[in-house]
Order: sequence, then structure tokens, then C-alpha cells
Amino acid sequence: MFPVVMQDLTVVVRGKTLLGPLDLTLEAGGITVVMGPNGAGKTTFLKTCHGVMRHSRGSINWQVPVDQAAQAQSFVFQSPIMLRRSVLENLTYPLRLQGMAKHKAIELAETWAKRIGLAQHLTTPAPRLSGGEQQKLALARALITKPQCLFLDEPTASLDGSATKEIEALLQEAAANGTTLIMSTHNVGQAKRLGDHVLFLHQGKPILYAPASQVFDESNKGGQNELVQRFLQGDIIE
Amino acid sequence: MTDIWDGLAQAFWLLVQLDPTLIEISARSLTVTLTALVVASLIAMPLAAILAVRRFKFRRVIISVINSLMGLPPVVVGLFVYILLSRSGPLGGLGLLYTIDAMIIAQVVIITPLIISIAHQSMRDLWSEYHDLLISMNTTTTQRILTLLWDGRRALITAALAGFGRAIGEVGAIMIVGGNIENATRVLTTAIALETSKGDFALALALGFVLILLAVAVNFATHWVGRTEREGKW
Repeated sequence: MFPVVMQDLTVVVRGKTLLGPLDLTLEAGGITVVMGPNGAGKTTFLKTCHGVMRHSRGSINWQVPVDQAAQAQSFVFQSPIMLRRSVLENLTYPLRLQGMAKHKAIELAETWAKRIGLAQHLTTPAPRLSGGEQQKLALARALITKPQCLFLDEPTASLDGSATKEIEALLQEAAANGTTLIMSTHNVGQAKRLGDHVLFLHQGKPILYAPASQVFDESNKGGQNELVQRFLQGDIIE
Repeated sequence: MTDIWDGLAQAFWLLVQLDPTLIEISARSLTVTLTALVVASLIAMPLAAILAVRRFKFRRVIISVINSLMGLPPVVVGLFVYILLSRSGPLGGLGLLYTIDAMIIAQVVIITPLIISIAHQSMRDLWSEYHDLLISMNTTTTQRILTLLWDGRRALITAALAGFGRAIGEVGAIMIVGGNIENATRVLTTAIALETSKGDFALALALGFVLILLAVAVNFATHWVGRTEREGKW
């Protein structure tokens, strides 16, 4: 499936360029952290790569047919979208879509519910869970199909410390199990903790794509990019 | 005021005695309305979901037309169905005029746009909530429609109940296509109209109370089956 090659990728909505032109090749494995100030195009980048948003120009080429690539991806949104069903049914939903037998889907869903600490809430309507629980459920629902690539749009933006820690542990485990994670975040600390690569966007354009070790290496000063350096120092960038 | 008390008393006695005519008319009312409701729901609900999920040419025009059809005057529908089913009409050969089937057809025509319109509003809201998730899960259009219909089932029950309310109280169209024939096509509403025209207000009121009772009972039963109150807001 990887590498995914983007050429001249551009997204224009109502005459405004939200992303691009962008030329980038993403390799398999690890966690790529997408950073940048508000309006940099992080969400647009993730949604376009995943196919939720259409690009206006250019191309995204996976190494497998588009349908196959789409089947092997999942997406976790900043605000978790819960199906108006129970926790168990939320977890079995993607499995049933893929044609898994009901009893097998339930078995797997119960295992995942246990892993994310929701085993006691299997029959609870998912929309009634707390924000942190909903995000964990959304992540488990995305991972339950064992995707090769997982996109995450600021998955811990509205969560407290302990919920963030649990989510990060699940993400690290997923990456260790071979899922390629592409995740946007505002949180520099989180990017340092999780990132293997960093993609920095500004006004829809890629400013920097480099290994995290280089970007966060203090002697290297944000990969030698002034804008990235200022962002990492906490300056407000417009 | 005396008529109302007389009506109440007569309704009570008719019910207590399980008056055969009352039972027959009530059963026919329910049969016609519930059959029409099932047929209309089977047409309307998938259409409502399709209109929410799919984007195609003239979609907005179709939605506007359906919304306008919610206010269809039943008498005009009755006339239209009558012309279709009359011996010289295009469907005259079916011999449906003055039968229960004709009454069901008329009610289906009346309540289908109403159910589509109400169901579409809830399907549209649910689709805007689910859009990104279902697209990201690479679902097919059929899977999206089925998901909306299942997850929005409580709102759909409300749409169906609105259709039921309109159908059970309908008189103009079914009078025209059914003919209010005793032991054949007479239902509660047409019987009420007949008794009122005869000046038997007490019996008309009694039938009216029974009609209200039936409507309330069906509403309660539907809410109980759907557990709309127990499971709260989704």
C-alpha cells in the first residue's frame, strides 16, 4: 500500500486554496505527526489523503487500487462521531460492514471493549459516554479492522491528561503492531512523545517533512526552519 | 352539553357491550389505516433516506414538491383516485372502486408525502452527523441508507405516527372512493359523518370518542414497542 505518493496535490474550496500544491511521499510504518498553526490545512490534508475530501488538482497514488487502499484505512475525528447505538454495536459495525460473522464480530468487540476499559458499558448507548470514553471507543472502532493506515485528526485535543495518556498508549501499540499512523496535533509535547516523522504545514503548504529526531533536536533548531522553530517555541504564527 | 354527555355515555355502553357494528367499523378503520400506513412507510422511509444521502439533479425540486404535497386536499386526492379507478378510468378494469383497497390507495397517496417530508428532516440531520464517519468507513450507498434507517428509527416512528394520525381521521377521500357502504366500506370517520347528517349527534359523538381512543391507543402502543421514552435521547 505504501509509499503513498502525492503530486501537485491541491484542494480548493469556493475559490480558496486550503491545501497545496503539495508534493510528498509518505513511507510505511511509524507515526507521522502533522503540525502547523490553525488554518494550516492539517485537517484538509488528512481528509484528502483518506478520501473524505476531494482534491481539486494533482494526485494521490497508493501502491494498490484505490478501493483496496480505502478498505485498509481508518479515520479518527477530532470530535468523535458516535453511532446512535450501544458501545458493542459501535465496535461491531465496521466488522459487520466487512462481512464478518455476527458472533465473531461480537467476540472481537468484547475483547476491544475490555482493552479500552469499556467492558462494563457494552450495552450503554455510545453517545452517553464521556468525551474521553467516546474518543477511546472511536479509536478502538478504527483499529478493530486492523487498518494498515490510520489517520487521526487531533484525537486528544479536548481530553484531559489521563485520557490523553490512554489514547497515546493505544496509538503506540497500534504503531508497534504495524499500523502506519498519520496524526495531526497542536501539542508539541505529544508530537515529541509520539512522532517518528514531522510534517509541518503553513497556509496549506508543506514547510518541512523530516524525521522527528531532527526537528526536535534542540541543536538543529526545528530542522533549521525559522517558522517551525518559532512554532516549537510557542510563538503565535498566523 | 347534553349531547356530549349522551355521547360519552353511549360510547361507554357501546364499548362495554362490545357492540358488533362498532367493533366491525373500528376494525375496518384500523385495517384500512394500518395497511395504508405500512405501504406508505415502505415507500416513504427509504425515499427519505435516499433524498438525504444521495446528491442528484432536481433533488431540491423533488424535496420542494414533496413538501408541497403534504398539504394535498384529501377530497381532491379522493376525486383523483376515483377517476383512476372508475370503470372508464385507466385502472377501472381492476374493479377496485368502492372497496377497502380503493380506500387504502387514497390514504397511501395522502400520507406518503407527509411521512417522506417528516422522515427526510430527521434523516438529513442524522446524515449530517454521520457523513464523515460513513464516508471514512468506505460504506456503500445501500449501507448508508440502512444505517440511517436503523439509527433513526425512533424519529421514523414519529413520522409514521403523524401519517397514522392523518389517515385515521381522514374522511373526504375515503368517502368518495369507498362510498361509505354498510358492512363493506364504512369506517369510523364516514360513520360519524353519516350519523351527524342524520342528526344522531350522540351516536356520532360516541363513534368520535372511540376514534380518539383508538388513535391514542395506537400511539401508546407504538411508543411502548419503540421504547422511545425509556431509552431517552439518542
